[in-house]
Amino acid sequence: MKWIAAAPLAAMLVLLPSFAGDYYVNLASQILIAAIFALSLNLLVGFGGMTSLGHASYLGVAAYISALLTSRYGFGHGLAAIISIAGTTAMAAFFGIIALRATGLGFLMITLALSQVLWGLAYRMSGVTNGDNGIAGLTRPMPFGISLDSAASFYWFALISASFGYLMMAIFVSSSFGSSLKGVRDQPRRMAALGFNPWMIRWITFVYAGFWGGISGLLYVYYNKYIHPTSLSTTSSAEALLGVIAGGSGTLGGPVVGAALVLLLKNYASAYLERWNMLLGMVFLFIVLVVPTGIVPGLNKLAAALRRGSR
Amino acid sequence: MTPVIASHALEVTNLKKAFGGLVVTQDISLTIRPGERRLIIGPNGAGKTTLFHQISGDLRPSSGQIKLFGTDVTHFSPYKRAHFGLSRTYQIITLFSGDTLEHNVTLGLLGLRPARWQMWRPLSYYGNLATEARRTLDTVGLLHLADHPVSDIAYGEKRRVELAMALVQKPRVLLLDEPLAGLSNTERSQIKSLIASIPRETTVIMIEHDMDTALDLAETVTLLNYGRVIVDGDRDVVIADERTREVYLGV
Repeated sequence: MKWIAAAPLAAMLVLLPSFAGDYYVNLASQILIAAIFALSLNLLVGFGGMTSLGHASYLGVAAYISALLTSRYGFGHGLAAIISIAGTTAMAAFFGIIALRATGLGFLMITLALSQVLWGLAYRMSGVTNGDNGIAGLTRPMPFGISLDSAASFYWFALISASFGYLMMAIFVSSSFGSSLKGVRDQPRRMAALGFNPWMIRWITFVYAGFWGGISGLLYVYYNKYIHPTSLSTTSSAEALLGVIAGGSGTLGGPVVGAALVLLLKNYASAYLERWNMLLGMVFLFIVLVVPTGIVPGLNKLAAALRRGSR
Repeated sequence: MTPVIASHALEVTNLKKAFGGLVVTQDISLTIRPGERRLIIGPNGAGKTTLFHQISGDLRPSSGQIKLFGTDVTHFSPYKRAHFGLSRTYQIITLFSGDTLEHNVTLGLLGLRPARWQMWRPLSYYGNLATEARRTLDTVGLLHLADHPVSDIAYGEKRRVELAMALVQKPRVLLLDEPLAGLSNTERSQIKSLIASIPRETTVIMIEHDMDTALDLAETVTLLNYGRVIVDGDRDVVIADERTREVYLGV
């Protein structure tokens, strides 16, 4: 049943550029990038029980490293991407050691503080980052000599990356390590008594989430061909967190739906309303009140209830 | 006092735990032989569970030493002690309520296997874990509920899942914290025969208030009060001791 329903959806995703205009294709690319970012955050928030308010660090740092290496130091895109992801993952490994000294609110505050430091650096170290002006005039890579400059080609590039990311993260959470992770989220003390090392399980997950956050950052900078300190800001982290919670944390579909919702609201509402953040807030308030577990678990519940009712 | 033999399953020396000015266990020393059945009794607040928390590593003692089979584990983290052959159950039921009984017991197995780090294969790939988990569930009489989530089953059954999770690890030392708490008479006798059937390779240390049931299971008894060992020794000797009557039995 699930597969039959998924097939037309998959076909629609692949064929989107053939029936939608460039504006919508670009919007879809942005949603895919936001979806990888939200999925990686969800590894921490939903599956690990570690609520982070600094996940934009990984997106932003990966984007900045790639931008600087290609525009200022003349690196090719391939090498720049490898260095950028390796650097971002190493940073996650280091930040994880600091942030995982605490859990819960303490963890949240440390991730927030660390991301604020990076945001401040991006603003103030204008000699390196160009400060508030951001770094403009960037290029997109040309994998296997294929130009990604058109909306459709970039969309397919993003679709392949996002599908791969989704698959990898789905495997991660349903693996036996994923069972260890969910166990540590629910009953850390019991898990330790059973022989699991909660700290190590959390740290590995933190690093993995940082890795995928970095991947989304690369796509982000390729898409925009521009990077600004805002992408490192708390607002950027908080938007992703809102998306995860609204879509349904701890599910695989939830963050994708949530990220799409945030992006669509941002794009459409900001065209008509100056204070579109207010609308975003109200939509989330509505979701949290009506379906506290998020849209995807809420819809699943509804579907189950309808199936029972029709019998 | 019995002379100190080299091979003790558990050796606790001058264990002290204080929360600020409140001393919960002071100067507790215990030696437990491999295979022994030890019952720890004492009034509420005597420090029994705090002693267990220190043995399992959930709490770090203020001073003193804990040895498992001759190895000093005082500074081992809880998970390392589990790999050293220590398992425990909890007074307050600590299960994974959204998961099935089979999954709960499988986690007990997974904790001691390298497969817990495996990131590419689902848990279901390790079919032998599930088989073993179901066998243990059968031992505690819950095989028919193996595919139900823990949240669906009754309190008495949850107590048995607690026990199954510890038993599946085939521990060398098993700490049971009030395994009979809140159970009906029928359930008590079920758990009692389960504990009685634990193989002798496992040393069992049990906290229990229900003396009628627990005394039958015990060979030796330790009486705690105000964080101190009051009487310690063979079951009948401790029961006959005047201080036991005074502190605990209230006769």
